[in-house]
Amino acid sequence: MRHRTFYLALALIFCAWVLLPIFLLTILAFTERQAIFAWPKGLLPEAFSLETLRFFFGVQGVWRALRNSVVVALLTVVFALALGAPAGYALARYRFAGKDAYRVMILITRAFPLMILAVPLAVRFIDLGLYDTPWAVALVHTALALPFAALITSSIFLGIPRELEEAAWTLGCTRLQAFVKLVLPLALPGLVATAIFAFVISWNEVFAATILTLRERTLTAYLLTVLPDSPLPFRFAGGFFLIVPALAFIFAIRRYLFTLWGIANR
Amino acid sequence: MHRERFTPYLLIAPSIVFLLFLFAVPVFEALLLALRAPDGSLTLANFQRMSRDLYFADAVRNTVLLVVITVPLQLVLALAMAVLLQGIARGRDLVLYVWTIPLGVSDLAAGIVWLAIFTERGYLNSFLNWIGLIERPQIWLSYETPAMLFLAVVIAEIWRATAIMFVILVAGLQLIPKEYGEAAEVFGATAWRRFWRVTLPLLKPSMQVALILRTIAAFGVFSVALALGGRDIPILAGEAHYWYNLYRNPAIASAYAVIIMGISIAITLVYLRLLRSRQDES
Repeated sequence: MRHRTFYLALALIFCAWVLLPIFLLTILAFTERQAIFAWPKGLLPEAFSLETLRFFFGVQGVWRALRNSVVVALLTVVFALALGAPAGYALARYRFAGKDAYRVMILITRAFPLMILAVPLAVRFIDLGLYDTPWAVALVHTALALPFAALITSSIFLGIPRELEEAAWTLGCTRLQAFVKLVLPLALPGLVATAIFAFVISWNEVFAATILTLRERTLTAYLLTVLPDSPLPFRFAGGFFLIVPALAFIFAIRRYLFTLWGIANR
Repeated sequence: MHRERFTPYLLIAPSIVFLLFLFAVPVFEALLLALRAPDGSLTLANFQRMSRDLYFADAVRNTVLLVVITVPLQLVLALAMAVLLQGIARGRDLVLYVWTIPLGVSDLAAGIVWLAIFTERGYLNSFLNWIGLIERPQIWLSYETPAMLFLAVVIAEIWRATAIMFVILVAGLQLIPKEYGEAAEVFGATAWRRFWRVTLPLLKPSMQVALILRTIAAFGVFSVALALGGRDIPILAGEAHYWYNLYRNPAIASAYAVIIMGISIAITLVYLRLLRSRQDES
């Protein structure tokens, strides 16, 4: 019984270690300027105020950056699923020569840092007229998210009994019909989780977004470039807005966390 | 039925074409960018210019130190959390959610979170004042306090990126059959011995994956350092960013990228060798 209490106490300490810094940043985002520069600070907020947030959204470029971040992340989701899910289905349902080589290729992509892609692609995108557009950033983010999408969707399709599909074929469905009417609805929650995962990868990415944009910044790229010259309230409000969607997304996919990570890392 | 043979290839073809143009070609082009002089001939001039840069030596030292210090600490912490989670029955789901929250936090956001704590009138100084250690705000994040600035980056990185290792290790623990531990218990092994002799060896593949992924990712991290200390704490990936965005020099930026890639691949190979040879001994 003493063990139990000890475990629980330790677990709570780790919870506080994760939550306390986020809590403190949230407080700062919801107070007024004065409280941010107050000395010494109390642990609890002095007064609730939207002044800091209003100031943040009043700065030119913030709304645009926020919109760009959402557009880029949505494009990444579409690209990653459109390219990755068919590959995932092939890995789950077919036996073919080169399957292992394909798997290895997907895994090898993860040994390469993003910098190596972003710099030459920026040069290339300038020639193609894609530079400084959400498309360019989304393409690079897809290169990041696609390997995950292929591996995760393959594990999702593996989890759907093959016999169901075969039964549908014998009842006269074509392969495509069986997929659309049977497999897709069953795989949907998993595919949504994969989509959210791709969204978070894109939303959080800093380096490529900064290199590939100039005026059409994403939120991360925008914050990174203005950070050194901006006042503390602005930085804290920006940091808060970077974290909020992440909290919601991790909550939404928490059931799939281990499918996403456990299997994607084999 | 003959068409069926080609179906899987049709399904994987789009992703192969995509990765060819947005992965294989860029990697090759980055090498060319870094190795070519303006007139097109091959040269090491870009690397020489990079290595003579004021920030280069510091960036290499900071980056390597950061990885060497944070990654092992993260592994130990993630392992402790994963084992701890096994001992929790009630509220396990909630604990799991809270511990994995940092998975969704970007390195930039993590830097800003810890800036709120380490900044001059931040929570750390307020706390130190409250327990009576300091009178006036202390400056931690400046080039005059390099050790503290470095420590702040280490703490922010441990806070943010331990969750990834934790999830990989928990997934690995779930694969270990309970019977092994139970058998050891029957023969009188203590919990501590069971952990060292049964759990840890069986967890080695997961630890290997966690170490490799984390190390590669750690070499690419730069916005934590940038958010906390600007260029007062230069980092390799940060220098690639400055050379492209500030100096508009893709060649030197690529040289930095090539160095980062080289180190990442070398470290991956070292891990694979080290962890494998130890496995063979036992």
